[in-house]
Amino acid sequence: MRIETHPILDFQRGPKVTFYFEGRPVEGFSGETVAAALHAAGVKILRHSVKLNRPRGFFCAIGKCSSCLMEVDGVPNVFSCITPIKEGMQVRRQQGRGRITLD
Amino acid sequence: MNALDFLIIGGGPAGLMAALAASDFGLKPLVIDENQKLGGQLIKQTHMFFGSKAERAGTRGFDIGIELAGEMEKRGIEVWNNSPAVGYYPDGTVAVLKNDKLHGLKPKAVLAATGASENFVTFPGSDLPGVYGAGAVQTLMNVYGIRPGQSVLMIGSGNIGLIVSYQLMQAGVKVQAIIEGLPNIGGYLVHASKIARAGVPILTGHTILEATGENQVTGAVISKIDDQWQPVAGSQQNIECDTICLAVGLTPLTEMLWQAGCQMNYVPELGGQVAWHDELMMTSIPGIFTAGDVTGIEEASTAMLEGELAGLGAAKYLKGDSKELQCRIDDTACRLAGLRAGPFGQKAREGKCKLAECRRT
Repeated sequence: MRIETHPILDFQRGPKVTFYFEGRPVEGFSGETVAAALHAAGVKILRHSVKLNRPRGFFCAIGKCSSCLMEVDGVPNVFSCITPIKEGMQVRRQQGRGRITLD
Repeated sequence: MNALDFLIIGGGPAGLMAALAASDFGLKPLVIDENQKLGGQLIKQTHMFFGSKAERAGTRGFDIGIELAGEMEKRGIEVWNNSPAVGYYPDGTVAVLKNDKLHGLKPKAVLAATGASENFVTFPGSDLPGVYGAGAVQTLMNVYGIRPGQSVLMIGSGNIGLIVSYQLMQAGVKVQAIIEGLPNIGGYLVHASKIARAGVPILTGHTILEATGENQVTGAVISKIDDQWQPVAGSQQNIECDTICLAVGLTPLTEMLWQAGCQMNYVPELGGQVAWHDELMMTSIPGIFTAGDVTGIEEASTAMLEGELAGLGAAKYLKGDSKELQCRIDDTACRLAGLRAGPFGQKAREGKCKLAECRRT
């Protein structure tokens, strides 16, 4: 899914970053968002909706539509479309409203 | 808390031009932006701008963003990245989230240059992964270098639909068709011709009936529509695609202006609810300014000039008038009127006229 050659743009990708999606390692590039890196890895389903449990991907990619909410490092309702990936980050598909773990 | 002259919410084309114009007249603005990088949506725009040379025609959108951000740095204008404004309080305090900490800023003047978000249309399957806004597709391809899919159906033939279709082709994605509900193509003919020459059908008077697929889009059913926008029996066809891209307009992001209590008006030509403003972009509340897509959906070039006017307006509001300032205001207003003069500026002209008449006294 990555664009290698482009007539106008030259993609200066940052160093490689490994994060975890549902416990499995995924490689992305530093500076990419969670949603973008997952997309490049072929993952389009980011969560399941609250009422009908339907699969959802991202729609707006600017943190406005709430379609892409995921669980990141145990925190639910994170906008995966604007959250940059970090080494070792644990990302999970969110079910419904997500679960908060209280101390 | 330091004394703050002018807080600019949003570091897109409008906000950056406002900061530069205000700093020309001695203000010390602070620009806050929720993104990692300045430039707003310019960062993903690979097409060259139209208009006149003074409005940077012939320059690519992302280059304009880099240019403006560079100028900000050169002048030492303070910028907070990754810092969304999250609330406006009755005493004039703007709450800003920065590094997980809440800051209360109380500026003497504030500009909401908060932009817009993509419109949605509903149809069966419109919630499936693989249905994206045109802006999202641009972000994915042009910022991150990732294709949204292998074949796409574009909904909407305005300039965004046409330009993003061409950009999808440049990224190696097959554009199966562009469909448009209206009987005519919405965007510039030069963009449409370029796409048509490349063999992409532009089907006017067509709509999407449904997106097919279990877990993600695998296709779409489209149909002709009559002048009542009803599907024409027997005209259905299946389009094979893994991506459906919606380019059906934008809606202003007006939360800050509502919270501040500005007079808001519904003006369809401008994209929905917008804040009333005067010639210098000041809203019904003295010291609160608005500019760019948040005050009417147009183009980045008009957003830049509105931003410039707002910056000059803030200078006038805080420092008073001068001959030099008035000259600059007249010049900017004249260039803005020039950009809106053609047939494609008609909607914006009508919308702004309507808005001007809405002033409650």
